[in-house]
Amino acid sequence: MQITCPYCGPRDLAEFAYQGDANRTRPDPASTDQQVWNAYVYDRTNPAGEHREYWQHAGGCRSHLLVVRSTLTHEITSVGFVHDKTPSPARSRRRGSSKGAGA
Amino acid sequence: MVEPVSPLGAAWKPGSYANAAGVTGVALSETRPGSIVQAAAWRGEEKALIAAIGKVSGLALADGAGAGVFKDNKAAFGFAPGRFLVVDQKEGLGDTLAAAVKAETGTVTDLSHGRTAIRIAGARAEWVLAKFFAIDFSLTAFPVGAGRSTAHHDIFALIQRTGPEQFDLYVFRSFARAFWSALCHASEEVGYEIS
Repeated sequence: MQITCPYCGPRDLAEFAYQGDANRTRPDPASTDQQVWNAYVYDRTNPAGEHREYWQHAGGCRSHLLVVRSTLTHEITSVGFVHDKTPSPARSRRRGSSKGAGA
Repeated sequence: MVEPVSPLGAAWKPGSYANAAGVTGVALSETRPGSIVQAAAWRGEEKALIAAIGKVSGLALADGAGAGVFKDNKAAFGFAPGRFLVVDQKEGLGDTLAAAVKAETGTVTDLSHGRTAIRIAGARAEWVLAKFFAIDFSLTAFPVGAGRSTAHHDIFALIQRTGPEQFDLYVFRSFARAFWSALCHASEEVGYEIS
């Protein structure tokens, strides 16, 4: 599998580190709703098809990437810098962090 | 002044090591720059940083992924978004660059004693490097002056093409001897000389 880093171009999978599911939204840190936190920590959609994921080009430019990959074929339909996407309300609170979901 | 000591130590064995056909296809050397400096721009400040690098080093960097220049024993190239390596054979670049880059533009980190610069030159240089790194070393994909960041197993390497048949590699000092030894082994097939 290759991932085309927006900065470095196509690189071997070995240069990348998986950083987790990009579909989750971190609950409000002030929330004490156990069900919401349980869902955030444990529930995954596990789709058969396109899946949004965080990767880091750890063996290259070290950018954090948002990758859309098919779990059936490994086909990658889009790759972009995490910081180029509109941050969700939960992520924007973690100022200076582009490390994805922090899984 | 601190006298830099090569981390290659006993692994540095100058001489000619031709292959079975009596050919030496690559030349390996350590360029020993006096200054190796990393400059990083805050987002949106890339152009200001490129201008500061140009002012201090006299190297006109193009704005673009991996773009770089190599001339007059100086080198500069981009290796990540907003981040550049600037190299000078003379010492002191870290201080002059730090003085020229404002705090609101970005940061300057002197890596002079933390990196080792290894040069591989010759007709088979691309061939030897292709054994190490899964990137395209052809002149069209990797033009003269351009830089790439990649890794050989866990050894992170910054590579700049400094000539049609010449590459400069920057590796962590602590990995330099292992990397150098591996490079010598990989060069045995095409023959090599160390000078």
